Amino acid sequence: MPVLHPKPPAPTDDKRWKIVETRMRRMGDRPSALIEALHAAQEAFGYLDTEALNFVGDTLGVPHSRVYGVATFYSFFTLKPQGEHTCVVCTGTACYINGAKEILVGLDRALHVKPKETTADGKISILTARCLGACSLAPAVIVDGDVKGKVTAAELVAQLEAM
Amino acid sequence: MSEMPSAARSIRRRVSTEEIAEQPPRASAYVCEAASCMSAQAHDITVRLGERAAEAGLTDVLIKRVGCLGLCAAGPLVEIAETAQLFERVKPDDVEGIIKALKKVKSTDTRQPQGPFFEKQLRVATENLGRIDPESLDDFVGRGGYEALKRVLSEMTSTDVREEITRSGLRGRGGAGYPTGLKWTTVAKAQGAQKYVICNADEGDPGAFMDRSVLESDPFSILEGMAIAAFAVHASEGYIYCRAEYPLAVSRLRLAIRLAQRAGFLGAGIADTSFNFDVQIRLGAGAFVCGEETALIASVEGRRGTPRPRPPYPAVQGLWDCPTLINNVETFANVGAILRKGSEWYAGIGVGKSKGTKVFALAGRIVNTGLVEVPMGMTLREIVYDIGGGLIDGRPFKAVQTGGPSGGCIPAQLLDMAVSYESLIEVGSFMGSGGLIVMDDTSCMVDVAKYFQDFCREESCGKCVPCRVGTTQLYMLLDLITRGEATLDDLAQLERLAGIVQKTALCGLGQGAPNPIFSTLRYFRDEYLAHIVDKVCPAGVCTITPAEVTA
Repeated sequence: MPVLHPKPPAPTDDKRWKIVETRMRRMGDRPSALIEALHAAQEAFGYLDTEALNFVGDTLGVPHSRVYGVATFYSFFTLKPQGEHTCVVCTGTACYINGAKEILVGLDRALHVKPKETTADGKISILTARCLGACSLAPAVIVDGDVKGKVTAAELVAQLEAM
Repeated sequence: MSEMPSAARSIRRRVSTEEIAEQPPRASAYVCEAASCMSAQAHDITVRLGERAAEAGLTDVLIKRVGCLGLCAAGPLVEIAETAQLFERVKPDDVEGIIKALKKVKSTDTRQPQGPFFEKQLRVATENLGRIDPESLDDFVGRGGYEALKRVLSEMTSTDVREEITRSGLRGRGGAGYPTGLKWTTVAKAQGAQKYVICNADEGDPGAFMDRSVLESDPFSILEGMAIAAFAVHASEGYIYCRAEYPLAVSRLRLAIRLAQRAGFLGAGIADTSFNFDVQIRLGAGAFVCGEETALIASVEGRRGTPRPRPPYPAVQGLWDCPTLINNVETFANVGAILRKGSEWYAGIGVGKSKGTKVFALAGRIVNTGLVEVPMGMTLREIVYDIGGGLIDGRPFKAVQTGGPSGGCIPAQLLDMAVSYESLIEVGSFMGSGGLIVMDDTSCMVDVAKYFQDFCREESCGKCVPCRVGTTQLYMLLDLITRGEATLDDLAQLERLAGIVQKTALCGLGQGAPNPIFSTLRYFRDEYLAHIVDKVCPAGVCTITPAEVTA
């Protein structure tokens, strides 16, 4: 099917836009590529800003309002830049009954940061995950990509403070 | 949640000793490289074993990466395949011991019993887990993989295939238990030139990791099952809708698709016949509701994942309004085995209308956290105590939660119940996708109900009022109870509202959301009353202090 709308140029000459463009082109630049395109943009830039949302929408012929609607519907997408380090706390059932709540309380008390927030110094972002599927390690967290199992609030706070 | 375990990136590295063993190896060490063991640095063990085996000049030894060995609680796991000797919690220092064990293996050795965790299981959907290298098509074919597809394409008509699946009694393993053969027949008979097959791998139930383990450990069996289904319903295109939270599963699926395409098991003219079928992956983005089939379709189409009323069912009008077959990962994993071993064999397993086996993910306060597959009809007691090894620290059993946020909590007096689709519904729970979360006396059942309500409230897509508003109101009532501020009128209101949400919500998420409340009220009403009347939390979880809340 031919694309009837003109394709916009990349917002900047940042090479990462090429990755996003390629991913969309492989799916025929069709509106159905929207979620895949947002994945590509977030992988490339770490988060989705207005520039990225509009570029994806214009390329695929999807209204900006719908792009925003999709980006905010799915919790995997983030519209805010993340801190230097990220700590994902699993709040799946197995982690919950093994102390995930205490970990979140401990982080809030020591670092004054709640889920989906970044510390005031921009160093650490706290996220939660519904279930990492690492139930044998409950309670589990992911610090900068490394899964840590059977953690306590005190240990985790100490590790994050040392970063 | 955009974080991915670093393990996913290192998986592509080849294992050095694999090429050494040209003849059948005398001894083999299988290293579990599924997500749980990977996050405990299992890949380092594989590499180190390979290096040490090479240094020791063991040319007749195979070091193999395999999928989930099941006993996740004791990872990283290494198994000597010939003797079934299992090494648990392997650290780099333990590698020498494994090398020594490999040296001792004789050609006359046979696999020894591995204890009740393994011996009481019956593996059908998970038969290749922990046995094959999930990144090797040859390994899959060596275990009988693609035999079923070849036979289907050369000897059977699509009607034969559908009848065989119908006779097997296989039912949807995603939770609802709809007869698979019937669904296939509906799609096959639906009008439309273009039809689709979708594999639902959006495993959203917290505490459930069956699909993840199967995808990470045996991705080809899903592709084979989907291809057979596509032949049976006359589809030529397929999608796997997988959670983005499972990076290892996604990368292994991508590789499996490439290998299967190259070998002619996907694409045009499969296995030298005129049958065409290809598969693409679509990533989820962290929306639980997308496990619901109409929401899943919306998401594959690139839209917000909101469900729509059924009928029309996707079998008649699904993806891009074409007839679409949607089955769960575990359902597809059973298809190859059924066609290889016959529907009579499969229908001979199980109990009543629940045929075959079910994969469960054991988690919570249980000793043997891990992945198990048992015949339908096994009692909960056998699963929890014999296979699961009982509760951690020998604490008293309080409840087992099944069915995720749409399920319920089953109390100790029902432990001798035989597990089937029907029996679980009878006791107010739900099969769900297969998460079994064991709770001891340190869990407060009101708090658990509140946890699930919080989940449903957050995951509600917002389309229908009963779910969007109802789950929030239910959550607030439960919160009131756990803070010791509720009255008996609030409890009556909770029950009334739960009934309304159940009856009026649009999709399964909303209709199932009150289930944890109903089941905890049915079996643990005394705990609710303790919070409301006596202002105490019997488990000591909820902080009830009249003056202030100390978190």
